[in-house]
Amino acid sequence: MKKDSTSLELMKGIFKENPVFCLVLGLCPFLAVSTSLDNAIGMGLAATFVLLSSNIIISLIRNIVPDKIRIPIFIVVIASFVTIASLFMQAYLPALNKSLGIYVPLIVVNCIILGRAEAFASKNKLIRSIMDGLGMGIGFTLSLLLISFIREFLGTGSLRLFGVNLISVPIEPAMMFILPAGALLVMGLLLGLFAHIRNKKYEVKE
Amino acid sequence: MENLFAIIIGAIFVNNFILTRFLGLCPFFGVSKKTKPAIGMGLAVTFVMTLASIVTWIMYNWVLLPLGIEYLQIIVFILIIATLVQFVELFLKKANPVLYKTLGIYLPLITTNCAILGVAFLNVQEEYSFVAALVFGISAGVGFLLALLLMSGIRERLELSKVPKAFQGLPISFIVAALMSLAFLAFSGMIR
Repeated sequence: MKKDSTSLELMKGIFKENPVFCLVLGLCPFLAVSTSLDNAIGMGLAATFVLLSSNIIISLIRNIVPDKIRIPIFIVVIASFVTIASLFMQAYLPALNKSLGIYVPLIVVNCIILGRAEAFASKNKLIRSIMDGLGMGIGFTLSLLLISFIREFLGTGSLRLFGVNLISVPIEPAMMFILPAGALLVMGLLLGLFAHIRNKKYEVKE
Repeated sequence: MENLFAIIIGAIFVNNFILTRFLGLCPFFGVSKKTKPAIGMGLAVTFVMTLASIVTWIMYNWVLLPLGIEYLQIIVFILIIATLVQFVELFLKKANPVLYKTLGIYLPLITTNCAILGVAFLNVQEEYSFVAALVFGISAGVGFLLALLLMSGIRERLELSKVPKAFQGLPISFIVAALMSLAFLAFSGMIR
């Protein structure tokens, strides 16, 4: 029984409470870096790392943090992990760091992370918080991959992963999709699609 | 002088914070349902953005750089902004209750607004001088206000139109934003 509930914690972040498509949180980095699969993986991993580590620490200190100043403390914890992620990226992945630009430090104000810290990790035990952080991180990364896949494929006519060409189609690429407007358009259409699926499910239940 | 002009045009139109940099999307979709709150939010953001731009510039160039602790910038900037927002809130409450009434409820939301922190990081990244950072802060805020105002105008009209069920609410707003972003693309020829 107990095992079930922990794996449930993991799965809910991926599907039922997917941070991006269901809760519509953390949009700023999400739309900005979804131009290529490489960026998506980099941003996804960085955010997952921060989410997981801050959930662990906050869950551990949840009983000693005074209630009144909990938000500033959470922010400092999150900012420390973002600093670690950002320094690591500068040192080992300079090219990725350059293409992600200011969106790496901006993970600090990503509402998903503070949201999970406040809503989940500050109230739950360590194991559940780890699962929650991992699930939300994976959900975020998968959504990022989905939207980047669409944008890169339509916008450049090919898919590249770590410099290796996966597919390329000899079509005239629709430049618009790698421009900012494309991100908003794809996001709008995907949200519409998911809303449609939800509506359909609801109708069937009734 | 020409440089400053380029910064202004760049921040308001070409690299509009919302429509091309995706900074501050949460308030953009959150408070753009009606025109009046949109103006309030836009003004509050412009105000805090300008202040944050000045304070973080001073902090970075006069404290962090000389001491060689630039790597602390993320923590320092977020704390500065959070404190600044609190301070502005307290100050406005005392000094100008009328203004506080219009901006008050939006101020707490601004702390975790990535547009404000984004300005601070961009100032560092572009190595702007003090005046340039100040101008950049103001114009980024004005760009934000402009996008928010346009969006709220469109959304007020959207209320009256028939939108397919699946697209009601957020999805249609994203598509409207996409079209606005496409329109703003036309400005990109204005500066190099």
